[in-house]
Amino acid sequence: MNIVVCISNVPDTTTRIKFAEGSSAIDTAGIQWVINPWDELSLTRALELRDDPSSGVKKVTVAHAGPASSEPTIRKALAIGADDAIRVNCTPSDAYYTASQLAAAIGKEGFDIVICGIESSDFNGSAVGGMISEFLGIPSVSSVSGISMENGMPVITREIDGGRESVKVTLPFVAIVQKGIAKEPRIASMRGIMAARTKAVRLYEPVDADCLTEIAGFEKPAPRAACKYVDPDDPGKLIELLQNEAKVI
Amino acid sequence: MESRKLLKSGEFLVSSTDAADIFIPEEFSEEQKMIAQTCRDFLEAEVMPAMTDLEKCDRELMKAILKKSGELGLMGISIPEEYGGFGQDFITQMLVAETTGAGASFSVAFMAHCGIGTLPIMYYGNEDQRRRYVTKLASGELLGAYCLTEPGAGSDANAGKTGAKLSDDGKHYIVNGQKMWITNAGFADTLVVFAKIDNDRVLSAFIIESAYPGVVIGPDEHKMGIKGSSTAQIYFNDVKVPVENLLGKRGEGFRIALSILHMGRIKLGANVLGAAKEAINDSVKYANERKQFGVLISSFGAIKNKLAEQVIRLYASESAVYRVSRDIDDLMNRYKSECGDKGRAAIDAISHYAVEAAILKVAGSEMLDFVVDEAVQIHGGMGYSAEMDVERAYRDSRINRIFEGTNEINRLLVSDTAMKRAMKGDFELFGEAEKLYAGLESLTDGKANGETYHSENKRYLANFKKLILICLHGSLKKFEKGLAHEQEVMNNIANMMMETYLSESLALRIGKLETLRGEVPVYRDILNVNIWETSYLLRKEAMDAACAFASPEQLPLLARAAGELTRVNFVNAKDARRRIADKLIEDNIYKF
Repeated sequence: MNIVVCISNVPDTTTRIKFAEGSSAIDTAGIQWVINPWDELSLTRALELRDDPSSGVKKVTVAHAGPASSEPTIRKALAIGADDAIRVNCTPSDAYYTASQLAAAIGKEGFDIVICGIESSDFNGSAVGGMISEFLGIPSVSSVSGISMENGMPVITREIDGGRESVKVTLPFVAIVQKGIAKEPRIASMRGIMAARTKAVRLYEPVDADCLTEIAGFEKPAPRAACKYVDPDDPGKLIELLQNEAKVI
Repeated sequence: MESRKLLKSGEFLVSSTDAADIFIPEEFSEEQKMIAQTCRDFLEAEVMPAMTDLEKCDRELMKAILKKSGELGLMGISIPEEYGGFGQDFITQMLVAETTGAGASFSVAFMAHCGIGTLPIMYYGNEDQRRRYVTKLASGELLGAYCLTEPGAGSDANAGKTGAKLSDDGKHYIVNGQKMWITNAGFADTLVVFAKIDNDRVLSAFIIESAYPGVVIGPDEHKMGIKGSSTAQIYFNDVKVPVENLLGKRGEGFRIALSILHMGRIKLGANVLGAAKEAINDSVKYANERKQFGVLISSFGAIKNKLAEQVIRLYASESAVYRVSRDIDDLMNRYKSECGDKGRAAIDAISHYAVEAAILKVAGSEMLDFVVDEAVQIHGGMGYSAEMDVERAYRDSRINRIFEGTNEINRLLVSDTAMKRAMKGDFELFGEAEKLYAGLESLTDGKANGETYHSENKRYLANFKKLILICLHGSLKKFEKGLAHEQEVMNNIANMMMETYLSESLALRIGKLETLRGEVPVYRDILNVNIWETSYLLRKEAMDAACAFASPEQLPLLARAAGELTRVNFVNAKDARRRIADKLIEDNIYKF
C-alpha cells in the first residue's frame, strides 16, 4: 500500500509578513520556507504507518506543486523519512490550479491513500484536498484526526461537536487532516538527511489548468489599541469607558 | 584540491586575504541548513520544554535527553563514518556547535560529550580503542567526560598529582587521584583521565570506565549558572585500568590535553553564537512588547543603541568563526591526504590554528557576556526576575570566560603563540616589524586617490596590522625575553590582534556578501561602526603598550604613528546603529 502526502511550502510561522506590489502580493525577501505544519504532521503519521509492519503501508511519497526553489522543503520531507517525491514544476496561484496540478501528477503514480493538510498556513484556503479528490474521482474524508489500519483497511477518526466519529472508507481515498493526526512532527535525523541526498524527486510538467481566483489585495489587522488600566476602586470609570468609549454596554 | 592561499595561524598579521577566499555563513549548503534545523527542532521539542527540570540538575533527565540527541545522530557529526559517525566537515561541526549553543545547560553537556569526552579517543586512540569506545560514544550508547583539572592544577594543568603505577603483572595501571569541575561527571560512562605514570614529569592520558571499581563520583557542585549540567569531583582510589587503555603514548598526555583545549576553544567560539542569538531574540521581542511613556521601548534611541551593538558584536564574531572554520577544513584535507589518519589530521589542523582558536574563545565569550548583560538591561526589572530566560542566560554565560582555559591564559596565548610561530619560521614578522619601527617618523595613513569602499577598508586593516607590529617590536626591544612576563603588554597586543582579526573577518564577509547579493546598506552600517570602534580601541591599546615600553622621547613619535594608522573616515555611529536596530525591530528576530 502506498501513501502520497501533499506538502505545501509556506513561510516559517514566525515570519513577519510584508506586502509587495501595492499590497497584492507577499514580499518573499528573507523569508524562511518550511513544510506547512498540517502537512508535516500528515507526513509524520504516514511514516508511523509505514514503519508499522502490520499496517501494510510500504511506501510514502510526498507530492508538491511548486518551482525549483521549493526543492529544499521537499528534501526536508525526504530527510524526515519519505521514500521519494514528486514535484510539479509550476508556480501555484490558487487552490483550483494547485489541486489540478497535484491531481494530475498523483494520478500518474500508484497510490492508495492521499493525505492533505486541511489548510496551509499561508493562504488558509482549505480547498485543495477536496478538489484533489474530485479531480481523481475518489472519496474524501475531511477533518480527519486519526488514521489507523485494520486488516488492510483504513479506519478514520474525526473530531466532531461533542464527540468523536469513526469512519470506514474504501481505498483509494483522500484524507484531509487536522493537526491531531500526529503528536509532534518528526525531526529529520542525521541518517535521514544523508539518505535524502540520493532519494528520487520525479519531476512533472504542469498540465493546462485555469486559475479561478485573483487576489485583489491584502491588509493587516489594525494594530491593537493601547490597554487602559482602571483603578479597582473606581468601577464607575470602568462602566463609563465601556459605555462611551468601547460602546459595548 | 583547493587553490586558494591558506594562511598559517597568526599569519593574518602580515598578510591580506581576498574576500573570495573566505567562507561566510551565507554560503551554507541546503544540507548544512537542514542539519542546523534538526538541532533547532531538537532543542524546541526536547530541551526547552524540560528546561525547568533540567535546571534542578536532574542527572537522569539530562542523560535521557543526551541519549535522544544521540539517536538523532547529532553526537556523530565529527566522527568519521567508519566509526559510526557522519564524517561532517569542520564548518558543519561549528554550525552544530553554534545551533546547539542556544540550549543552555544541555549545550554544555552535549558539547562536553561530543568534544572533550569523545574526540581525544577519536584523535589519539588506536584502532581497538576507537572501535571499543568511539563507535558507542558517537551513537550516545556511551556518554563521555574529560578529567584534567585538579584542586592544585587548573590553568597549570601539568601540576596535577593524579598518579598511575604499572601493576606487578604489567597488565594494569593503578590510578589514584582526584579530579574536579568534571562536566557530565554524574552520568558519564567513559572518562578521559590525565595522570603521571610513576615519577614522570609529564602527563599521560587514560580511558577509564566509570564502572571500574574505585571510581567514586562526588555530588554535583552548586554553580552560578549552567545549573542543569552535572559538574562534580571524581576520585580514583586504586583504580585498575587495563594497559590497553593508555591513550596515545606514555607522556603524550600534555600534548593531548593542549590539543583538545584548542579544539574546545574554537568550538566554544561557535557555541556562544547560538546563545547570543537567543538572547538578542529575547531582547528585541521584549522591546517590541514593552511600553513606557505610551510607546514601545524599542522606539527609544538608548534601546536601539543596545540592540544594534548586540548585533554588531555577534555578527563580527560569527564572521571570524566561519572564516577560520574554512581554513581548518582545508588544512585538515591536506593533512588527511598526507598522513591518511582522519583523527590525527583533524586534531593537527585544529591545533595548528591555536592563535585563532584563542581569539575566538576570548572574543566570543566576552561578546556573549556583553549581549546577555544588555539583554537583562533591556528587560529592566523583569530581566532580574528568575522567570525570564535572560536571567538564566546571564548566569550561564559567565563560565565561558573561565573554562576551556581562562580568558587571561588565552589572551597571553594569542600574542605569545603568534610570536612563537613566527620565530619557528611559519611567517616573516620580526623583520617587517623592525622596518616599520625604524620608519616611524615618516609613517602616514597611506590614503590614496580613487579608493573604493572596500579598498579603503582594506587599507585601514593593513594600517591596524602595522600598528600591532610596531607595538610588538617596541615591546620586544624593551623587554626582550622578559616580554612574556609583561602580561599587561602582552594583553594590549592580544587585544589589538583580536579586534583586528574580527574586523578583517567582518570586512571580508561584507565584501563577499556584496559580490553574492549586491550592496545592502545595513551590512555596511555594521562594518562602518565596527571599524570606527576598532580604530579607537586599537589606538588606546597601542598607547597603553607604548607608555610601558617606549622612552619619553619616543612616545610622541609613537602617538603620531598610532594616530596615522588608526585614522578612519568619520562615522555617524548613532544613525548607523539606529538603522541596524530598525532592521532587528522590524524582523522581531535576529535575521542578519
